[in-house]
Amino acid sequence: MDLTFSDQELAFRDELRAWLADNQPGEKPSADAGDDAQFAWRRDWQRRLYDGGWAAPAWPREYGGRGSSQSESAIYFEELGRARAPFAANTLGLLLGGPTLMVWGTDEQKERYLPPILSGEEIWCQGFSEPDAGSDLASLKTKAVKDGEDWLVTGQKVWTSGAQYAKWCMLVARTDSEVAKHKGLTYFLMDMDQEQVQVRPLRQITGEAEFNELFIEQARIPDANVVGGVGNGWKVALTTLMNERAGLGFALQIRLRQLLDDVIAAAAERGLLENALYADAIAELHIRCETIRLLAWKGLTDAERYGQPGPEGSLVKWLWSDTNQRATQLAADVIGPEALTSGTGWSYELMRSRGNTIEGGTTEVLKNIVAERVLGLPRLKVAA
Amino acid sequence: MDFGLSDDQRDIQRTARDLLGERATFARVRATIESHPPPGSSDEALWRELCELGWPGIAIAEQYGGQGLGTIELSILCEELGRTVAPVPFLASAMAACVIEQAGSQEQRERWLPGLASGETIGALASASDGTAELVIGGAQAGVIVLVEDDGSGRVLSAEQAEVTPFAAIDPTRSAARVSAPDGAGEALEDGCPGLGRALVAVSAELVGVSERALEMTVEYVKDRKQFGTPVGAYQAVSHRCAQMLLDTEKARSATAQAAWSADANPDGLAEAAAMAKAAASDAGREVTQGAIQMHGGIGFTWEADVHWLYKRAQIDSALLGGAGRHRARLAQILAERVAASATA
Repeated sequence: MDLTFSDQELAFRDELRAWLADNQPGEKPSADAGDDAQFAWRRDWQRRLYDGGWAAPAWPREYGGRGSSQSESAIYFEELGRARAPFAANTLGLLLGGPTLMVWGTDEQKERYLPPILSGEEIWCQGFSEPDAGSDLASLKTKAVKDGEDWLVTGQKVWTSGAQYAKWCMLVARTDSEVAKHKGLTYFLMDMDQEQVQVRPLRQITGEAEFNELFIEQARIPDANVVGGVGNGWKVALTTLMNERAGLGFALQIRLRQLLDDVIAAAAERGLLENALYADAIAELHIRCETIRLLAWKGLTDAERYGQPGPEGSLVKWLWSDTNQRATQLAADVIGPEALTSGTGWSYELMRSRGNTIEGGTTEVLKNIVAERVLGLPRLKVAA
Repeated sequence: MDFGLSDDQRDIQRTARDLLGERATFARVRATIESHPPPGSSDEALWRELCELGWPGIAIAEQYGGQGLGTIELSILCEELGRTVAPVPFLASAMAACVIEQAGSQEQRERWLPGLASGETIGALASASDGTAELVIGGAQAGVIVLVEDDGSGRVLSAEQAEVTPFAAIDPTRSAARVSAPDGAGEALEDGCPGLGRALVAVSAELVGVSERALEMTVEYVKDRKQFGTPVGAYQAVSHRCAQMLLDTEKARSATAQAAWSADANPDGLAEAAAMAKAAASDAGREVTQGAIQMHGGIGFTWEADVHWLYKRAQIDSALLGGAGRHRARLAQILAERVAASATA
């Protein structure tokens, strides 16, 4: 057992830290500045990462990355988190689209799509969930019908973040209604620059719209934009979903740590660390914060070293989301009415945290996954 | 980073599991308890065998007759013993040895450690308040007792120097006693009681083992028990509770692993790591064993089923050397000091 980084990992970390010290992301634009200002900040940040060779270290060198190990990639996200950097504008392309193409794409597709993902020239979004297909994603209804050399797609997607800026959409649609639901799906790259795709912002409880609805009415997708073969969409989608949590998780954990440190500092200022109830709650959050990090690293390094993924993957997101909610709730107690005032950072974190236990796999579904796949418990058969 | 055990460590774990799997089955535990009425039962034959294998001295330095291995090896044995609730005074002696070895003078070490390493002497370690410790595991059999006060001061006493009042604790697999040390009795140990961190790792590791076994038994039961035409484990109320039990156990496991590693490789981090481990493991022990009884339904509430031994062991262990709340308070202090230090930096 060794809970330190190797010399190589430390060198990687130090190189990145030095670069970040010279290339600060700058202040986050205020909420009043609007969504476009936020996105411009993230796009500019990706440009700087790209110019510095830091846009996607985990990508193989042949595609413009550094061929970094999984541990190095985790360190990368931890350090970006520490620097309070925004997520790059094309995070979905960098973390989901690109890696999915590397596994399932043709050589032509990789050549055509990977470079502009890396540079941020072409922004990607994800068209998976639908109003009637959330946790039960395989039941999705968006339909694609062959029309000559193209496919015509009609349907509705929801929770599509960044759609208003995106050029390409990773779209999963039904191409065969005769077979079992997850066998009749195909994964497409849909051009967002067509009238047939309408983007409508989805206002969330915090007030702004990170996400969108997509209304797709006979949108046209060339056959060359099928990824992984017709009817293979479910497998390709799983590759995308698996990548969803891996990298971002490490940055989110650091953000939680920073939030907790801010809560502790605020509590100290107000003399609340001497209050037994606050001290107890803060200490418990600290324990959770540290064990989240340990579990995440254990999950990553055990898989890397011993091949077998352990239970940690499903446990980490569950524990992180619950802890972030507790931390932001405690923050409200510590900070007072400022945390209930519209437009403040604390109130944003409080309200935004409600989404953590829903996005990327609801806690209820994660518990099912742990119970069924880790503990081997049977699933209840529900009469149709 | 590597959370895995070395080959040697895996061997220790495998050997321990095989041995206890044969010699400390629940049936044997029950037989020991029934043939040795309270206060406190002991499987003498098993203890002798463990002594012959060098278990009590696993983490005691070779110069005192121990095997000179580390806290990770010690925690492996503690975890295996927790899984089986074996009726032997291993934990008590190991905890006492941890403190005597690091907080004792050379003379104190030479006097007590060889006997603890060979198993000839049973040790005990407990938190005391003004010289009185209300819950001393191993206290009734101990030849040497270490008492640690809240202010960090500690004393080592021979059994004769203390007033030892055995009582029947709810966990009959180990003896329990109230120990009172008159003013001036015994000898002082180094202030701050170095070695306490390792002792906390030991009891935390035992709690992880108890939790892990309780979860295993529960999963097996709910897969098998059928009601309304289905295994009860298929119901989400049951399966989600089991998932929570896994989360609690893994949280405790990783905190304890970090503390065990810190004891040997990162001593500066041990105080914080040990407090985190004891808090997480104490909570896990209680929550998981309570969940185990609940998920076993009516059977879980019977003396005949084996779940309650784990529940009772968890209750005792979570109280040893301070419960979860005490250790969270300690952590809060550490965090407060850190804030104050960075303010003046």
